[in-house]
Amino acid sequence: MNLEYTPEEEAFREEVRAFLKDKLPQRLSDKVRTGKRLTKADMEEWHAILNEQGWLAPHWPEKYGGTDWSVMQKFIFETELAQAHAPRVVPFGLSMLAPVLIKYGTQEQCEHYLPRILDGTDWWCQGYSEPGAGSDLASLKTSAVREGDHYVVNGQKTWTTLGQYADWIFCLVRTDSSGKKQEGISFLLIDMETPGIEVRPIKLLDGDEEVNEVFFSDVKVPVENLVGEENKGWTYAKYLLTYERTNIAGIGASMAALEQLKEVARTTKRGGTPLIEDPLFAQRLARLEIDLENMKTTNLRVLDAAGKGGAPVAESSMLKIRGTEIRQEIGGLMRRAAGRYAQPFVSESLDEGYNGAPVGPEWTGPVSSQYFNNRKLSIFGGSNEVQREIITKAILEL
Amino acid sequence: MDFAIGEDRQMLADTMKRFFAKEFDWEKRLKVIETEHGFDRAMWGTLAELGVLGALFPEDAGGFGGSAFDIGTVFGEVGRVIATGPYLGTLMAGRLLAAAGENEVLESVIAGEKLLTFAHEPAYDAESGDTRDVSASKSGDGWTLDGAKGVVEYVGAADLVVVTAETGEGVRAFLVETGSDSVEVIDYKLVDGGSGGELRLSGASAKELSAVTDEAIEAAKAAGVVALAWEGVSVMDELRDQTLEYMRTRKQFGVPIGKFQALQHRMATLALEIEQARSAAINAAAHFDKPERDRFGAAAKYTVARVGNLAAEEAIQIHGGIGMTWELPLSHFAKRMVMLGHVLGDEDEHLARYIELMRAA
Repeated sequence: MNLEYTPEEEAFREEVRAFLKDKLPQRLSDKVRTGKRLTKADMEEWHAILNEQGWLAPHWPEKYGGTDWSVMQKFIFETELAQAHAPRVVPFGLSMLAPVLIKYGTQEQCEHYLPRILDGTDWWCQGYSEPGAGSDLASLKTSAVREGDHYVVNGQKTWTTLGQYADWIFCLVRTDSSGKKQEGISFLLIDMETPGIEVRPIKLLDGDEEVNEVFFSDVKVPVENLVGEENKGWTYAKYLLTYERTNIAGIGASMAALEQLKEVARTTKRGGTPLIEDPLFAQRLARLEIDLENMKTTNLRVLDAAGKGGAPVAESSMLKIRGTEIRQEIGGLMRRAAGRYAQPFVSESLDEGYNGAPVGPEWTGPVSSQYFNNRKLSIFGGSNEVQREIITKAILEL
Repeated sequence: MDFAIGEDRQMLADTMKRFFAKEFDWEKRLKVIETEHGFDRAMWGTLAELGVLGALFPEDAGGFGGSAFDIGTVFGEVGRVIATGPYLGTLMAGRLLAAAGENEVLESVIAGEKLLTFAHEPAYDAESGDTRDVSASKSGDGWTLDGAKGVVEYVGAADLVVVTAETGEGVRAFLVETGSDSVEVIDYKLVDGGSGGELRLSGASAKELSAVTDEAIEAAKAAGVVALAWEGVSVMDELRDQTLEYMRTRKQFGVPIGKFQALQHRMATLALEIEQARSAAINAAAHFDKPERDRFGAAAKYTVARVGNLAAEEAIQIHGGIGMTWELPLSHFAKRMVMLGHVLGDEDEHLARYIELMRAA
């Protein structure tokens, strides 16, 4: 066994680091590092920089502007970006829709939509969950009825992340209610400008608005916006949920956050001594770091197997569960480290250009918001309960 | 043995329940937390009239209660509706006024005329990167205070603040009136809806609370610990009940999600843990006047913080996305629950304190 990167992988890592040093704007990495809110323009700026380099969609085929990177290279790339506090690449068009189009879409659809995702012309959002269809996604009710050369769509989607910025939404819609619920679902692309669509923001517990409800009333969608075959959408949806999970554990983000947490533990005093010398806090910190080190190797083992043609199903779910738990625990320890200063909530201080007097150590500003916001990690993308179902189904063979 | 709360206290609890049901519904709370100080001053006055504040203090100080179980009863009802307002500051600072025999001032607080809070913990100082506390110096017949206190609850709304300060001969407590140039307040909203602030004193004139020693300050904090423990248990009761109700009504895969054994067992564990937390809160109150006060206080604060985190996180997780919305009361209960752990010392600090007292015993 050998856990070292190969010389080629090492060289690749250096190349990524050099790029980040050169091209990642300090303004953006500072915002990410200090937990400030990113604007739409911030995210678009970073996308454009990556696109310029040809690295915005590394997992796409080269002919559409992707790369020929191995899974290990993709992992290194994602990890380095996160550790450098680069803004997270918005996944909806790039990592969720595009793979489905490439595998199941027509040539015309690929040629039309993919370049527009890369150059930022189209901002995509995801229309999967509904008020009555969360973990039980296949019970979705939003209907699409064929009328001549159009579908007429009626219903409601929810938890649509950054839907307020979106030009397009990819939706799972019901085109048949006669058989099994999984068998009447279709995958439809809908222009958000179409009459009959209304977007309403959902205010979350931290006071921010990042998710939305999207309402459809008699929305006319051209039939050419159907992806693949009618009533086969569930297959495509499942493909999307299992595709490209190299980053599912969020190792890079956790490594960056843990570094920050350790720095806080070294510099924050409680009762005269640094937190890292407090046996109880140190124990929490050590357990977390051990878990993350273990997770790194678990992740690499899964990637290695995937690179050799394996289809990691249970393992992907394991990475999702423990990866999100680790990120939540890091946020929890940041909150604990803040002590009394976890309580103040100065919302404006999370925006760029805030000049007010800081309350408490500057790093404490976003910790409670992030802790509460991070609750979403174990809920979205298939809740951790659904992931456990997947694992038991795969290992129990009952 | 008798685990009933007692007739008088039950009446007080019922009075508070009725009052909150009528005057403090959910819509009202959402409005109140958006106001400048995050609580309703007029409602505070009515609560005072109903005797809620008087219940926190003994008769010889102008109240009509003051026992640990009285305190627990009041804060239990506060937690049930996560009412905002300077309950804790009133309790702790008021106990010190009582210890100093400042009955006249305390009466104005109990009557709801004057708003009081307690400034004890030092402030973070951005310049030094360390904390900065308040020191007291004699000036003529009185005292002046200099320095800063951090995260002082509702200080922006307070008329009076009891401030602890180093005198050179130990820490003593002082009464400061807000409103003068020498008393600067930087106030802000808190994560769970109320407000707090940084208090900066520069030559502020202050009245010494005579006879208030370290022991009296510790006793006031111990009362605060009992209060938060009882409040916390009520908040977790709410988190559990709201989650159970959701499990009965939310359907996925054609059945209420409460039918799923994986969720059933998690709620069973939570219910068990909450009963342990309730016992911890009862223990803290029962030992409040006994030598083992601090050991049981630390045990309660540790237990309530630990179980509280579990309750908040499980409640949100089992609700799913809807549990993260501002619209649902649940998320506000979860925020209050977690933030209670950041007041008067967190889970780890109280566990460490317990270890220390256990070793000494």
